[in-house]
Amino acid sequence: MSESTGARRDEYALETRGVTKRFGGVTAVDELSISIPRTGMTAIIGPNGSGKSTLINLLSGMLPLDGGAIVVDGVGLRMIRAHEIPGLGITRTFQDVRLFDQISVWDNIMVVLTERRLLPALLQRTLARHRERTRAILESVGMWEKRDSLAMDLSYGQRKLLEMGRALAMDVHTYLFDEPFAGLFPQMLERVKTLLRRMREDGRAIIFVSHNMDLVRELADHLIVLDSGQLLVEGDVEEVLSRPEVIEAYLGV
Amino acid sequence: MKAEAGGRPRPAWDPRRLLSGVRGNLELWANLIILTWAVAFAVWQGTGFAIGLGTVFAIWGILSVSLNLVVGYTGLLSVGHIGFFGIGAYAVAVLTSTQDYELLRTGAVPTYEWPFFAALVVGVGLAGLAALVVGVVFNRFRDDIFVLVSFGFAIIAFNSFLNLRGVTRGAFGIHEVARPQIGPWVFDEEFDFLVLALVCLLLVSLVSWLIVTSSFGRVLTTIREDERTAEVFGYRVTHYKLAVWVISAMMAALAGGLFGSWTRFVDPNSFILLESILLVCIVILGGLASIWGSLLGALAFVLLEEGLRFLPFVPDVHVGQARQMTLGLMLVLLMLFRPQGLLGRYKL
Repeated sequence: MSESTGARRDEYALETRGVTKRFGGVTAVDELSISIPRTGMTAIIGPNGSGKSTLINLLSGMLPLDGGAIVVDGVGLRMIRAHEIPGLGITRTFQDVRLFDQISVWDNIMVVLTERRLLPALLQRTLARHRERTRAILESVGMWEKRDSLAMDLSYGQRKLLEMGRALAMDVHTYLFDEPFAGLFPQMLERVKTLLRRMREDGRAIIFVSHNMDLVRELADHLIVLDSGQLLVEGDVEEVLSRPEVIEAYLGV
Repeated sequence: MKAEAGGRPRPAWDPRRLLSGVRGNLELWANLIILTWAVAFAVWQGTGFAIGLGTVFAIWGILSVSLNLVVGYTGLLSVGHIGFFGIGAYAVAVLTSTQDYELLRTGAVPTYEWPFFAALVVGVGLAGLAALVVGVVFNRFRDDIFVLVSFGFAIIAFNSFLNLRGVTRGAFGIHEVARPQIGPWVFDEEFDFLVLALVCLLLVSLVSWLIVTSSFGRVLTTIREDERTAEVFGYRVTHYKLAVWVISAMMAALAGGLFGSWTRFVDPNSFILLESILLVCIVILGGLASIWGSLLGALAFVLLEEGLRFLPFVPDVHVGQARQMTLGLMLVLLMLFRPQGLLGRYKL
C-alpha cells in the first residue's frame, strides 16, 4: 500500500486507489485500494457478490468509476473508457464468454489484429502478417481446424479457449481473466493452464478471478481476497490462505 | 478436441434440419429461379418492358444494398431508410425545378434550374449531413429501441416533405424534374437512363463490396454481434456506426435522385413508411449480410409486382396489395424456416 507515485512505477501493472462503484443503493466496490504486481499471476477470490467481476469491469472501462482512481503505469486515471484499454496495455475475457457469435472463428481473431482507426480500416484489406498471426494464435489454442466454423457453433470449452486466444492476440501486458477455468474439461483445463504459464514466463501480468482454490494455490503468485466490495487481505498466496480471517470469511471452515 | 465437435443435435422433424440438407442447393435454386424468371419475362414482354423493369430494379437494388450495410452487416434494424431516399429525390426535384412550369401555378415558389448532376451531388451530400445529425442521436440506441427511433425518422421525413410547402410544394408534388445531362448528351431515352441507373447500381455494389471485405467491414460485423466487446478491443464503435450510417444514407439519396428524375415527378406518397418496411423485407428476404442477396431480393421484388399482374385472378388495381401480401407471407415463412434469408450470412 505505498503512496508513492512515479518513483516506483515499474513495480505494479495496475493499482486502484479508493475505487468505488455503486449500483443504486448497493456499494459493489467500496473504497478499494489494491496493487497488482508488474509480472506474474494475481488471483482474485471472494464470495459471490464480493465485487470481483465489478472490479474487472471497472479495470477494463466497461463500467464508469463512482470514485477513486485507477493507476496504470504510474499514471492515475479517474475515467477509463472501454476502447482505450488496449492502449493502456490491458485486455480481458468475460465470465459469460462473449465472442462474436455469428462470424467465423478466424474472423474472431482477425478483428483484434487489424487497424483501429476508421479511415485506414476502410482501406485495409487482409494482410499476410495478420493471417500468419491468426494462424499461430488458433494453433496455440488448438482451434485451427475449427477456423471456418461460426463461433456460435463451438462447444463451451472451445468458446472459452477461443476467447482466451482472442485475448492472447492482443499481445498486451496486462490480462484480466474472469473465471478462466469454470466449466472446462480436464484436457481443456490443462491447455488453459499451459497458456497462462507461458504468459507468465513471457513476463506478463495476469489477473484472474476463480473459485477453484486448488488452481489458485497451484498457479497464483499473489492473492487478493475481496469481501463485500472491500479488500480483506492481499499478499503471497500461502501466507494469505493461512490467515484466520480468510479461512473464516471465504473458506468458511 | 474432436470429441466435442458439432453443436446440439436437432430432432429429425425439425424443419431447419430438413432444410439444411438442401442448404447449398437452396441458394443455387434461388439464384436460378429468380434470374431465369427475369430473363424469361424480359424476352416475353419485349424490350420496352425490360428497360422499365431494369430501371426500377436498379433503384431498388441501390436501396437494398445500401440498407444491408446498416441492417445486415452492422445489425442496426433501420426502418427509416426511405427518408434518405426522399431527401435525394427532393433535392434533385427542387434544385432542377424550372420557372416555366411553376408560372402556371399561383403562389411563387423559388426555382433553381440546376442541371441534374449538380443537384444529385447536393442531394447526396445533404442526405449525408442529415444522416450525420440523426446518427449522432441514434447512436445512443440499439436493438428494438433503434427500430422505434428510425420509425420516428421515417415519419418526420414524410411529414417534412408534405408540410414544407415553400420548398417541396407539399402534396401537389414537383413536376418536370430534369433528366440527367452531360454536355449535349441528355439521358432522355429510357435506355440511356437504364444504363445510367445500372452504372450507379454497379458502383454502389462495388463500394459496398469493398467496404464489407475491408477491415472496417469486419469490425461492423463484430459491432452487430456485441458492441460492448468490440469496444474493449479498441474500436470506437460509435464512429464506425456513424460512418456506415452516413455512407448508406448517401447511397439511398443517390437512388432517390435517380428515382425523381426517372419518374419526372416527386410527391410525398413515394416516401411513406410502408415503402421503408418493404425495403427491410427485401433485405431480409434476399439475405442479411449478403450484397448479392440484396440484389437478388430487389430483383425478386420487382418481378413479383409484374408477375402478379399477369395472374388472371388478381385484378390490376390490386396488384400492389397482392405484392405486399405475398411479400409478407414469404417473410413469415422465411423467418420460420430460414431466418437468414435466401442467401444470408446472419440471423436476426
